[in-house]
Amino acid sequence: MTQTNRLSSGGRVNRAKTVKFTFDGKTYEGFEGDTLSSALLANNVHLVGRSFKYHRPRGVLTAGSEEPNAIVQLGEGNRTEPNCRTPMVELYDGLKATAQNCWPSVNFDIGGINNKLSRFFPAGFYYKTFMWPKGMWEKYEHVIRASAGMGNAPSENDPDTYATKHVHCDVLVAGGGVSGLAAALTAGRTGARVILAEEHAEFGGQLLSDADATIDGKPAMEWVEATLAELRSMEEVTILPRTTVTAYYDHNFLSALERVTDHLGHGNGGDLPRQRFWQIRAKQVVLAQGAIERPMLFGDNDRPGVMLASAVRTYINRFGVLPGKNVVVFTNNDSAYATAIDAHKAGAKVTIVDIRENPAGAWVEKAKALSIQIHTNMAVIGTTGYRKVTGVDIMPLTADGKGVTGQSQRIDADIVAMSSGWNPMISLFSQGRGKLRYDEKLTSFVPDHCQWANISVGAGNGEFTLEGCLSQGLAAGSKAAQDAGFGDGVVPPTPAAPEDAQGDMRILWYIPSDRPLGRGRKHFHEFQNDSTVADIHLAEREGFVSVEHLKRYTTTGMGTDQGKTSNVNAIAIMSQIRDVKIPMVGTTTFRPPYTPLTFGAAAGHAVGELFLQKRKTAMHPTHEEMGAVYEDVGDWKRPRYFPKDGEDMHAAVQRECKQVRETVGMMDASTLGKIDIQGPDAAEFLNMIYTNAWLKLGVGKARYGLMCNEHGMVFDDGVTTRLGENHFHMTTTTGGAGRVANWLEEWLQTEWPEMKVYCTSVTEQWAVSSLNGPKSRELLAELTDIDLDPENFKFMEMREGHVAGVPARVYRISFTGEIAYEINVPHRYGKHVWDALIEAGKKYDLVLYGTESMHVLRAEKGFIIAGQDTDGSVTPMDLDMSWIVGKNKPDFLGRRSFARSDTSRPGRKQLVGILTEDPNVVLPEGAHVVETVKDRPPMDMLGHISSSYMSPNVGRSIAMGLIKDGFNRKGQTLSVPLMDGSVHKVTITDPIFFDKEGERTRG
Amino acid sequence: MLLIECPWCGERDQTEFTCHGEAHIVRPKNPDELTDEQWGDYVFFRSNPKGLHKERWVHDHGCRRWFNVVRHTHTDIVYGSYKPGEPAPEVSEEALKGGKK
Ligand SMILES: [Zn+2]
Repeated sequence: MTQTNRLSSGGRVNRAKTVKFTFDGKTYEGFEGDTLSSALLANNVHLVGRSFKYHRPRGVLTAGSEEPNAIVQLGEGNRTEPNCRTPMVELYDGLKATAQNCWPSVNFDIGGINNKLSRFFPAGFYYKTFMWPKGMWEKYEHVIRASAGMGNAPSENDPDTYATKHVHCDVLVAGGGVSGLAAALTAGRTGARVILAEEHAEFGGQLLSDADATIDGKPAMEWVEATLAELRSMEEVTILPRTTVTAYYDHNFLSALERVTDHLGHGNGGDLPRQRFWQIRAKQVVLAQGAIERPMLFGDNDRPGVMLASAVRTYINRFGVLPGKNVVVFTNNDSAYATAIDAHKAGAKVTIVDIRENPAGAWVEKAKALSIQIHTNMAVIGTTGYRKVTGVDIMPLTADGKGVTGQSQRIDADIVAMSSGWNPMISLFSQGRGKLRYDEKLTSFVPDHCQWANISVGAGNGEFTLEGCLSQGLAAGSKAAQDAGFGDGVVPPTPAAPEDAQGDMRILWYIPSDRPLGRGRKHFHEFQNDSTVADIHLAEREGFVSVEHLKRYTTTGMGTDQGKTSNVNAIAIMSQIRDVKIPMVGTTTFRPPYTPLTFGAAAGHAVGELFLQKRKTAMHPTHEEMGAVYEDVGDWKRPRYFPKDGEDMHAAVQRECKQVRETVGMMDASTLGKIDIQGPDAAEFLNMIYTNAWLKLGVGKARYGLMCNEHGMVFDDGVTTRLGENHFHMTTTTGGAGRVANWLEEWLQTEWPEMKVYCTSVTEQWAVSSLNGPKSRELLAELTDIDLDPENFKFMEMREGHVAGVPARVYRISFTGEIAYEINVPHRYGKHVWDALIEAGKKYDLVLYGTESMHVLRAEKGFIIAGQDTDGSVTPMDLDMSWIVGKNKPDFLGRRSFARSDTSRPGRKQLVGILTEDPNVVLPEGAHVVETVKDRPPMDMLGHISSSYMSPNVGRSIAMGLIKDGFNRKGQTLSVPLMDGSVHKVTITDPIFFDKEGERTRG
Repeated sequence: MLLIECPWCGERDQTEFTCHGEAHIVRPKNPDELTDEQWGDYVFFRSNPKGLHKERWVHDHGCRRWFNVVRHTHTDIVYGSYKPGEPAPEVSEEALKGGKK
């Protein structure tokens, strides 16, 4: 008894190849070419999921990516994927799918009790109930989420690879139906570079579901095949099946998701990526996404077996599956008559229920000729059945269509094929800032105008005839190519594609029933989030009338399907309630992605090791050998500390810091930003950039400088050395290197183009070994030809010579307060020199130290770190560094701001030392400092701790902080209340804790 | 994502550039002669129009040159780029009304 609903012939499936799959643990068979939807329907499986809120049984509604109901979990383990829409899942051998949102099974779901209790779950229920009292949401959330069952994300790493592709094209065609194919054809013929993307595996769109259409007197699919063949022969045309254009951004930048190997089954893609994410810059875009049919809003319209009429037709013609034997077609228009006729021909008993009073025309005549019974001016007031629809009750409509009258009548049905018209898919157009227009005849929104270069064609543009689609497509392709600089804009004649004309619709947004709205029967307009017409009325009563409020109140359109089948119906119902025209209610903003996108595709190759670049210094291999623990600074891997014998960070840092001041320590300082500055105006330029004076700095001398922005606030610091009359070597913070280089260039290029100054970033060119400590001179002397005699090579000077046999620039500058030498050698010698210093350092008890010890050592000396002890609101004066502000300089960046009232006022936050009463307490950085402790926040804050460490050399904890009027508070006792409730007494001090006179540095 | 034309390199994705705000904010030659208010105008105040905006961009993941762009702040349409010291391109009423560049 397999595939009971499969027709004996027809469809585009390969009947020679049987495919086995499981759904909820049960094994079924389908054919190659099936989707999971068509295969389930072939096996008469209609119940595929439970609804979000009421846990009502739900079945396949559509045959496309708009599917709101048939959402399943695919696969297992690390490849499992939630929220897969069954019409978009191509069947493969071994496919495993499980229903979502039900427990323990889709047939017996305990959450179904919600349906019985539904009057306690009105719209807005979650917000009203659980967001109050404050704080309770956290307690409810996990229960709600568990029962809401939005599928499960895999807990293991994704084993698949995803590719990213960046391309430019002349014409991007979104949609491979007849309009899109026609557009690609005329654009491609001009030689333009064309990308044609189609969401489904096969091209042809609606033609795949239409057995009768002809083009030029031949079956329409022959035209599709011939067009594809011609497109394939064009070198500049890229044809992408299984590719959804997911987003339309500014300047015609679009993204598309290509499902490269998903259809082969999980893990069967071989060397190909699972999916490919296209980022496309298109000169011209043709939007040919087609249209989506609207559901009818009648009582209990959500039973499994209630489907869109066009979807039923697709399953019959494209997949050779007749989803049921008793088909009721419920419609307000002629397009559903094609479904009725095809279902009849496929062997179903078909009844048409048409709300129109006197439907007439060719389609009605065709149905009548087949003896299909047509009930006119009738409403389906409700359905019977629970896990599957078993019948419909119909009643005559009143003249105004607002009610029903007379006798109800029951018709057996296992399929209800419904249609209330069509909505052009305007999502991409709208994402791309396109403005919409309400079309009274279509009763839907259509593209109007757009600031970007695109053309909407076919059903997506409100054109529903085959000839019209062909004609619009051919013209658009030609025009788009011409606008992109290809071809002469000539449009070939439209091939003949005769069809029977369709009559008018009758619009009843809400189908009345014999009971008041909201009593007993549910009229779902939004299937995925279980929102009903009654909920829209409730929203209106509570004042949520604008479309954006309506959306959030009822959750319409907030599911994974973004309300593709529900939005226009919801807007129309609201317009009726408010008695305003539909455009007055407005449309919601369409946002990317058009359909769900995997995180894998968005991430592409940028995962794991490739997530972020790692910059490594020349000495990195030695750091590895020495067992360095790293910290990431400005993408650099900087050794943070070098643990010995199982030390933790605290122990290692205490040891490193102590030893630096006792013997000698070495740090890799290669990551400091370095900028080579040359030119006759270089000194003048530095004079403007830095706060202090640079004109008279001697060659071979170094100077510390602060950079301020025009607000007068410190933003970077470093030591700059004069290498020659017109040549300087600037250093910056590691993290600020790029920012400072940009800053210098901005002034030179835009404000002072007349200055002859040339800046080059040389950070990577120099490897820097920084020796610090009383023994550093003796150690360096072993390896250099430079005269290190302190009388000849003073503090803040630079000498060139050789170290370990290679050319070096040695800077005598110090960030620790010790005798120190920064040995700069070309990158390629960095490891050689570092290793040689380690070897020679053995007899001096050399210790390697990292950034953590560097922080402690500099804090012992009260040296700031720009960005840690400053935060963009701190002037040099706030740092007690007035000495570095050139009083006699006529101008420099930020200078004038020092005189502004706020910058010069007393009582600003100022950098001070902070010592805890208990020397063992290390305050957390960021802790607030207060004068008066209250039993709970808020308290008046005086400032915060910016740096805080345990100092082995001072023998206690030390800290710095920015404190209001800090300079005048030295000696005062303040308090630091912490998150854990403890309060620590602190004393405000000078920030230099070690060697206040600085004798060691100059020694 | 915007498409920005670097006057030296040509059209590139926005991700290669950084915008540094309004262009043609000239640094005063005589800061000391300015009142706090005048200096504050230079440091803090920008025109922030809804409409055409001349702004300074840098091609920092490219040639690292600075230049100016005329962008409509509401539509994000870019009406042209020009080098420092060059005049801004004229934007016709027609181009503005048409909404398309
Ligand atoms: Zn450039």
